[in-house]
Amino acid sequence: MSSIPLNPGALGSDGRARARENYLNIKHTVSSWLLTADHKRIAVLYMISISVMFLFGGLAAAGIRIALVRPHDTFFSSETYNKLFSAHGIIMVFFFLVPSIPATLGNFLLPIMIGARDLAFPRLNLLSWYLFMFGAVLVMGAIMFGGIDTGWTFYEPYSSVYANTNVVAVIVGVFIAGFSSIATGINFLVTVHKMRAPGLTWFRLPLFVWAMYATSIIIVLGTPVVAITLLMVVLERVFGVCVFNPACGGDPILFEHLFWFYSHPAVYIMILPSMGIISEVIACFARKRIFGYEFVAFSSMAIALLGFLVWGHHMFVTGESMYSGMVFSLITFLIAVPSAIKVFNWSATLYKGNVWLTAPLVFAIGFILLFTIGGLTGLYLASLAVDVHLNMTYFVVAHFHYVMVGGAIFGYMAGLHFWWPKITGRMYPEGWAMLSAFILFIGFNLTFFPQFILGFDGMPRRYHFYPPEFQMWNILSTAGSSVLAVGMLIPAFYFLWSLKYGDIAPANPWGAKGLEWTIPSPPPSFNFETVPIVTEEAYAYEAIYAAELAGDYSHVEASIPYNQEYVEKPQSNISNEEHQ
Amino acid sequence: MSLELQHPAVAPQRLSHQFEQIDQQNEIYIVGMWTFLVTEIMFFGALFVALTVYRSVYPDAFEQAHTALNVWLGLTNTFILLTSSFTAAMAVRSKMLGERTRTLFFLAITIMCAFGFLCVKYVEYSAEFREHHFPGPNFHWEQPVTASAVQGDLSANSQVALGSPKISVNEFPANYQPQQLALHKRELFFSLYFVMTGLHGFHVIIGIFVLGTLWLLIYFRHPTVDDYMPVELAGLYWHFVDIVWIFLYPLVYLIGKQ
Repeated sequence: MSSIPLNPGALGSDGRARARENYLNIKHTVSSWLLTADHKRIAVLYMISISVMFLFGGLAAAGIRIALVRPHDTFFSSETYNKLFSAHGIIMVFFFLVPSIPATLGNFLLPIMIGARDLAFPRLNLLSWYLFMFGAVLVMGAIMFGGIDTGWTFYEPYSSVYANTNVVAVIVGVFIAGFSSIATGINFLVTVHKMRAPGLTWFRLPLFVWAMYATSIIIVLGTPVVAITLLMVVLERVFGVCVFNPACGGDPILFEHLFWFYSHPAVYIMILPSMGIISEVIACFARKRIFGYEFVAFSSMAIALLGFLVWGHHMFVTGESMYSGMVFSLITFLIAVPSAIKVFNWSATLYKGNVWLTAPLVFAIGFILLFTIGGLTGLYLASLAVDVHLNMTYFVVAHFHYVMVGGAIFGYMAGLHFWWPKITGRMYPEGWAMLSAFILFIGFNLTFFPQFILGFDGMPRRYHFYPPEFQMWNILSTAGSSVLAVGMLIPAFYFLWSLKYGDIAPANPWGAKGLEWTIPSPPPSFNFETVPIVTEEAYAYEAIYAAELAGDYSHVEASIPYNQEYVEKPQSNISNEEHQ
Repeated sequence: MSLELQHPAVAPQRLSHQFEQIDQQNEIYIVGMWTFLVTEIMFFGALFVALTVYRSVYPDAFEQAHTALNVWLGLTNTFILLTSSFTAAMAVRSKMLGERTRTLFFLAITIMCAFGFLCVKYVEYSAEFREHHFPGPNFHWEQPVTASAVQGDLSANSQVALGSPKISVNEFPANYQPQQLALHKRELFFSLYFVMTGLHGFHVIIGIFVLGTLWLLIYFRHPTVDDYMPVELAGLYWHFVDIVWIFLYPLVYLIGKQ
């Protein structure tokens, strides 16, 4: 390795480091943040926004769990209870899960991982954040002042004719947030197609990029459909046109078809990015090339495409024909295949790896366990006959929380810890992170496993009251949710703490491969001083694996305590230039 | 490191900082525009699906309702839009060849066609509003709903839920009014008609803004339009607006029962 410093200007005449210019400290004004076109800053803006939305959604969830402690709850009125679960669903789905990983980690990492200075359309990216904020403020306002009681699915004809709540404002907010999602999707697709660094062929792309690509396809093809469908609900309410209202021969099932044509693929928008993160984390900490790279990449694409052909399994019992039910059931079973391929390949990657057990890996293993449970219970629901019994019960609620919380949020946490040093330039406290991972895992299972039993015994979802014999499982679930809340609050505190007191992160604290680890932490505004030339596959960990077996850990750069001066070590990515 | 330092040679060509070459930038704009148009196709696609589903469920009511539309005004608008697409294509070509005056001329014709389209649409809409064909409480259908049409509606009604088991007529509730429902199915047709043509008209209005801005920028020789790419992108959008109408016109105005 040569000793050319990455940024010659960083060294003063005495050879000591000067404060290196990076995307965070280049400007400090508020307008430099609000008018930025830098994908990294927009990612940080998104990160703050969705964290606030997550807090609101979590508070609504806490309300639901408090209400369900007693069979005949008197703490909330039934109207309030309906508004609570609607708010929880709408906020969590449209304002946390859908943008969570693509708009934060995806925004931050996608250009860096492919060796670009920015996304293809930086200003569109900023516009997407403003649209998101506008939608979020509108929805939060509507929920605070009056609320909405349709559930997050806005089923017809309740939403258009009978509901007396703020349906129009919420739907308009979701509609606007949908366009922010579309903007992100277009940006990612074009960026991956056209802005890869020289030598970075499709099969050298990190799997996170493949996952973001598959996600963007779903966003671009699905979101417009739900947008126009929800727009028609608004037109029905406001102008009295009739499209889905059965009073004038409209078909509410058509609404469900169009709604789930987006909203089922939308669960893959939530889970695919997490799967990409898990691939990165596991390959890094097993020190192995991911097992069956092509299969993992193509399984992302298969999930994206098959995901568009399964929406009918939401309507097995709401008036869909038996024959289309059979076809949808079959395709739903098929989609388990690419998901299983991923789980097998992650396990095979860990097998005989030189495993380094860090917090991101603990989260990733938690993801695999919980996603497996969530996925397998999905097969129960995909079977036509079993679904007749389980549909609209807590079994469904538990199933999709295992996928959405156990999957998507554990993946998000894994990615957040893994790239936190890169994003902020500070290390998080490892011990606390491990602790929170275990608390989250325990709290999560305690919250949602009882719901499988409740659902199997026939407790319907969305009901305010339930028979007293279900009380024990509901109390367990509520107890679990408070453990879960503690597990979520701990990271909130130590992440904020680490911004000031965390150890200073080196460029590559994990000894990981990938272009993002070849640039300083935090990255400079334009990411790369020179365009990197990629000469090897993603996850070329063979040399590192061999070195570690021989006891050489020099590729892992040590972090520096926050109160000591950080002298930048010459970067190893100069090897890229040597190859030229 | 400043932008100028990174791209000293290409600065006059307005190469954005994230790109390496002007060719790459232009290609990216085109791919981005096409991707956007894909989202637009999905946007209108849902409406076309709804139209197709309801047409197959209520063939009689839709056949009757569509006769109230003015086929000739629709045809006029089709010609106007086709002409505008041609002039938009000519504007792109002129801009590529660097013929500024011709570009301005063809863009102006395109914008005038867009205004012409909206005027014809205004005439159509006002007639429909006068006859209370706009859906809602005041919806009115002047022709008497014939007994045979009601019967046809009833037999079709059994398939309301897509493929659900057949319901026989006497299973309807006692207060069920076939006349009322037959009226509402015409209302359903006009709901879809107004939503689809309204959304298309909204796209035409956006097109006028885009093309008008472009015309002004070229007229005042603004440097952002030195390259032909903005005209090309606006042209792509305008062709899309045109092609939506090409599908809309036969599906709504022309197709009868079978």
